[in-house]
Amino acid sequence: MAKIKYIEFNGTEHEADVANGLSVMEGAIQNDIPGIDADCGGGMSCATCHVYINDDEWFKKLPEKEMGEDDMLDQAFEPKSNSRLSCQLIISDDLDGLTVHMPEKQV
Amino acid sequence: MIKTDVVIIGAGPTGLFCAHQLGIIGLKCEIVDNLDKIGGQCIELYPDKPIYDIPAVPKCTGEELTNNLIEQIKPFNFNFHLSDRVQELKNEKNKWLVKTLNGKEFETPNIVIAGGVGSFEPRKFPTKSAEKYDGKSVLYSIKDKTIFKDKSVVIFGGGDSALDWAIELSNSSKVTLVHRRDEFRGAPASVQKIKELSDNKTIDLITKYSIKDIKGNGSLESVEIKSETGDSKVIKADYVLGFFGLIMQLGPIAEWGLNLDKKTIPVNTENFETNKKGIFAIGDICTYPGKLKLILSGFHEGALAARGCFKYARPDEKYRFEFTTASSTIKDRLGVKE
Repeated sequence: MAKIKYIEFNGTEHEADVANGLSVMEGAIQNDIPGIDADCGGGMSCATCHVYINDDEWFKKLPEKEMGEDDMLDQAFEPKSNSRLSCQLIISDDLDGLTVHMPEKQV
Repeated sequence: MIKTDVVIIGAGPTGLFCAHQLGIIGLKCEIVDNLDKIGGQCIELYPDKPIYDIPAVPKCTGEELTNNLIEQIKPFNFNFHLSDRVQELKNEKNKWLVKTLNGKEFETPNIVIAGGVGSFEPRKFPTKSAEKYDGKSVLYSIKDKTIFKDKSVVIFGGGDSALDWAIELSNSSKVTLVHRRDEFRGAPASVQKIKELSDNKTIDLITKYSIKDIKGNGSLESVEIKSETGDSKVIKADYVLGFFGLIMQLGPIAEWGLNLDKKTIPVNTENFETNKKGIFAIGDICTYPGKLKLILSGFHEGALAARGCFKYARPDEKYRFEFTTASSTIKDRLGVKE
């Protein structure tokens, strides 16, 4: 279980306890947190669950991107070097306290 | 005006298998899809990716699955209307009048929406200033490459479309290729070629930059790009091309008076009918308690929706359940000779 903080583009903050094994994306969807669309349902094929990890320490701590994630991020709205697809961030106790920022929009 | 028993919106696996089920029970259908090819997400998003959870098929790619489904419905000779989109629905005396973007019209008692997560459209530049030139000098696809001759063209993107067009247009235009990172997702041979063209100064390659603004006075003059560290550059441009892949938009479906839950359509699980009589929704676009976004679920939903369609298409007949292994009627429909 990890407590994840989701911050919308307008600054609205949401917190959710997300069970291990789910993704950061699923944590948002299951808790009705706006700002993450996840059109493809977690298949790393749509880039609509895009988030920024603004804290550099956290960014480095996250599991490394798999092949394909950066390719998909090319197609996201305003990708940056601290962009991740939240469907690829699988929750474990290690992620407790992670904060993700949502982009202005997903499409 | 084309009269038919069912109009299927979406030629992905779910729409295709629903068409098969309609054919099996003796109904006709017309299939509309806004992509230029059959297969939906399977073909557009992951033609080469293996799928491992199609029952009795241990492994197949999106393309193989699509080809097999096309093969499976061949006996029925259904019409496909590709590169077209259902735009308008009107109800008249228990019939739906369906109009497409290209001006086709259908009259049908049933519509099956198998639209995935909507229709694919090119992802556009996030900058507001790009809208003014959209379709004129800011383009997301190329219909006539001769317009670029001897012009300055700035191309954004790192996939095959961006690389292929940069290579192609470098013969007769001044090409600048801008991409947000150093790696490209295009085919290795294209990436190699781009590096050569950049090394011999045939094209300008700028990485770790993205679009900031588009400038012009009536006609497009330049494009400003920015790096994440805050640097910016202005590049003279007659045309700006963006290749950022496709996004999925619900589009006109949202305007047909259907109940919507986020981007999905609630249905009953008996026949996958929506809140509108004669409109069914199957596959990724429908939702109900326990819904799984799996291709196999879409097949099941399509089979049941087909039976739901029968009731409105043949109101005076009773639907009779038959197995394909035993029914001679079905074998006739499939053109099977024994």
